[in-house]
Amino acid sequence: MTAQAAPLDERGGLPARPVRRRFPVAWLGLAPFAIFSTLFLVLPTIYLIVASLQDRQGAFTLDNYTGLTDPTVVQAYSNSIEISLVTAIGGGIFGFLLAYSVIAGGLPGFLRSALMTFSGVASNFAGVPLALAFVFTLGRQGLVSAILRDVFKIDIYGAGFTIYSKIGLELVYMYFQFPLMVLVIAPAIDGLKKEWREASEVLGASSAQYWRRVALPILLPSLLGTVILLFGNSFGAQATAYQLTSGLISLVTIVISAQMRGDVLFNPGLGYALAMGMVVIMSASIAVYSLLQRRSERWLR
Amino acid sequence: MAYLELSHVRKAFPGGTVAVEDFSLSAEQGEFVSFLGPSGCGKTTTLRMIAGFERPTSGTITLDGRDITDISPNQRNVGMVFQSYALFPNMTVADNVAFGLTIRKRPKDQVTKRVDELLQIVNLPDKGKRYPYQLSGGQQQRVALARALAFEPQVLLLDEPLSALDAKIRVALRQEIRSIQRQLGITTVYVTHDQEEALSLSDRVVVMSEGRMEQVGHPFEIYNFPATAFVASFVGTLNVLPGVVVNAGSGELTIAGQRVRLKSSFEGVVGREVKVALRPEMVSLGSAGDAENHLTGKVTDVSFLGSIVRIRVGLAGENGADGPTVILDEFNEPTLKLPTLGDTATVNFPQVGPLVLDAKAPVESLEELIAEG
Amino acid sequence: MSQGSGGAGSTIAATMYMKQALGNKPSRRRRRGLGSIVWWIVFLIGVLYFFVPLVATLLFSLKPAAFGDAYVATAHDTELFGSLLYSFVIAIITVIGSTLLIVPTAYWVRLKVPRARPLVEFITLLPFVVPPVILVFGLLNTYSHPPLFLTETNLGNDVLMVCAYIVLSFPYMYRAVDTGLRAIDIRSLTEAGQSLGAGWFRILWSVILPNLRVSILAGAFLTVAIVVGEFTIAIFLGRKTFAPFLSILGDHDPYEQGAVTLVSFGITWLAMGLIGLVGRGSRARIQVAGAH
Repeated sequence: MTAQAAPLDERGGLPARPVRRRFPVAWLGLAPFAIFSTLFLVLPTIYLIVASLQDRQGAFTLDNYTGLTDPTVVQAYSNSIEISLVTAIGGGIFGFLLAYSVIAGGLPGFLRSALMTFSGVASNFAGVPLALAFVFTLGRQGLVSAILRDVFKIDIYGAGFTIYSKIGLELVYMYFQFPLMVLVIAPAIDGLKKEWREASEVLGASSAQYWRRVALPILLPSLLGTVILLFGNSFGAQATAYQLTSGLISLVTIVISAQMRGDVLFNPGLGYALAMGMVVIMSASIAVYSLLQRRSERWLR
Repeated sequence: MAYLELSHVRKAFPGGTVAVEDFSLSAEQGEFVSFLGPSGCGKTTTLRMIAGFERPTSGTITLDGRDITDISPNQRNVGMVFQSYALFPNMTVADNVAFGLTIRKRPKDQVTKRVDELLQIVNLPDKGKRYPYQLSGGQQQRVALARALAFEPQVLLLDEPLSALDAKIRVALRQEIRSIQRQLGITTVYVTHDQEEALSLSDRVVVMSEGRMEQVGHPFEIYNFPATAFVASFVGTLNVLPGVVVNAGSGELTIAGQRVRLKSSFEGVVGREVKVALRPEMVSLGSAGDAENHLTGKVTDVSFLGSIVRIRVGLAGENGADGPTVILDEFNEPTLKLPTLGDTATVNFPQVGPLVLDAKAPVESLEELIAEG
Repeated sequence: MSQGSGGAGSTIAATMYMKQALGNKPSRRRRRGLGSIVWWIVFLIGVLYFFVPLVATLLFSLKPAAFGDAYVATAHDTELFGSLLYSFVIAIITVIGSTLLIVPTAYWVRLKVPRARPLVEFITLLPFVVPPVILVFGLLNTYSHPPLFLTETNLGNDVLMVCAYIVLSFPYMYRAVDTGLRAIDIRSLTEAGQSLGAGWFRILWSVILPNLRVSILAGAFLTVAIVVGEFTIAIFLGRKTFAPFLSILGDHDPYEQGAVTLVSFGITWLAMGLIGLVGRGSRARIQVAGAH
């Protein structure tokens, strides 16, 4: 019983089957999705890109981008960046502490799911209702303002505070920044295996040493990534700020929406350039976040 | 006073579960002791009490004369290897191994030297700069071992260190662990549910079930002279045949209606139902020897298990139904005469060796274990 | 309850919440005892911060002369119900459209064209990156010129809004459906269906869709919550949905505005709770099956 040997090619292997070029019919199944996305996502984005490179007559120009150095624009960017940085770092720190308290801080288990559900809600409770709720709280006639004034004799408005300010906005933004931090960092804290803590204990480390040498370094990519995400999140917020300050505080998103409304402050091309600038910042923030997430996933496998 | 002494240790959890009941053990310096038992028997809880992650509800633990019962884990000077390795992912292999030493503020050159030493011992001399995720499971476990040994602990604790690894690696690695342990002469406690591991590695084995110590002894003892039905069934494979007492004084019983005589002490009036437990290797084919017991039946299966051939002989039951099956093992040699299925066969086994157990004793025969899946 | 504030962040937060609800990683942490005082303080500060504004809104809405006046006014406000209904209808249409688009696509990518996966995932991530304000900016400009006149008619604007919301829902729906698909062996199911004579549509409809019920529901609840609260796109397309209505409500009845704010918060809570419930139910079902 002998087997028929197939002819070998010059490298000693069996000859490969000839590959025929076939039209990738399977990709057609994605047509509806592709068409839809093109129409309502890709096209508008491309329009923006193109329009930002055109002047009022339609000729190609980079003027819109150079126009970004206009002091009003710079002011808008600096406001946006400042608010975003503050809420990102502040939100990051407190959000992390909050998440840790229910996951590993020894609090009763049901508080964890309560916090998660609430965070799911709170992170979406933004825009008009949120701004209003804070006006009712810290506005001139707000509940907390009144309590502080009548009970503690602290007149915050007399001292110059107002909710309709950068600080006010930051306070309000925290309402959706904390929960975002909680939801995103929770899996990372979960991923801190309890064996690591035990191993470090049995090797002689104290609690502080464990945190300094093991836990924080492991969590760092996630923490950093999420803070950057928070930054992007805050940068892109519009409705909340608009409702609260009626456009008094100049933010990039406010300026863009003002552009659209037809409040002619600059030429429309500048609005597009601003929009593109935003897209760049947002993409960068998402990209860095994904990168750091992937890195931490590798460790927390 | 032994080197590591557990004295009447008990662990009860709030809510009522008693995980460990009255555990006492004296381990000499350099001894390798295994805790063997099924999941939930309390072996890991006991180990964790030695490490300090659980506090005993009552009882004491002493190490080299020092009472460590209430000392926190980071002051106990014990080394622990976890089932999931628990290597710190953000540190290199070398940093992981050095961790215990850097915490104790040893001088840098000493640390480097010691790390290299240990990596040599566990056979990973050039992996110092790698990260845990770049290593295989077996390699990671060896790093974990090196890390636990680096600061020269007084006791080494291993919590099912090999269960997450492939079979082949498991066998190779366990030998390495044992030889390193011998080389360093360190007192070791090893937790496992794999009886082969426990028997092949240990100086002494503690068999546990449901929080209690079933038996403590040398592997030979445990295997050949099991003290309880549980130990008999958990360690090794076992035939469990239903028997009926004829005369307890002279050791006579019937198994499937056939008369046998055993030199094992048991009690019972005529007609009492018992179980007879005997190992497959005690049984052989053929009717040689008058001092032996003989049972006759039909060959129902012949399987090859590599070095062993396992033959099943079905005894006749009542009224023509199928009776119990006797499993016997023969060495697989070219000269072995294989019986054919359906052949009538006689099996024999000695009078000394089989255990007689109460009919209600919780013993599972191999068949029952297979039937349960 | 509004997407109008932070595109990327709230989207990601909602996605994470959904993943956890659909049973990604059960909590296995169980520390004995009550935890140290420090963490309790942290938690309580958090609770205070989150609930005080809600309480303030509640108190404000109860201010008018007769107790609960604002709520009575709310119950009688036909305009409110009109806008709420409008929002819900738009939301449902969005969910249906999104499901019809996403489910076959995710299925196809998994089954037939895995190489397209990175591209599709990238597209579904784009709404993270393009905040609603930019999206509507682009849409307005693209579709207010011939030949793509959509912004001139009410219907056109409605269509535009629904399509924009479908785009906005991509991240959630795709992620939810993808998670669901991962849990069932679509290859075997498809082959079984084919060997029994079913065509593609039949397979999708009778085999795949029913098994994705939980994922679709989760994605749907989220989408509804977001659509109902969405402000930016609605207002720039001149549509009178809930959020724009709420915004101008304050101009003539601030107390009612307070009441409605609270109600909108409650609706979002309800949606999230439903997701959690639905998710838990599915896990239980799977476990029962596995016990065999």
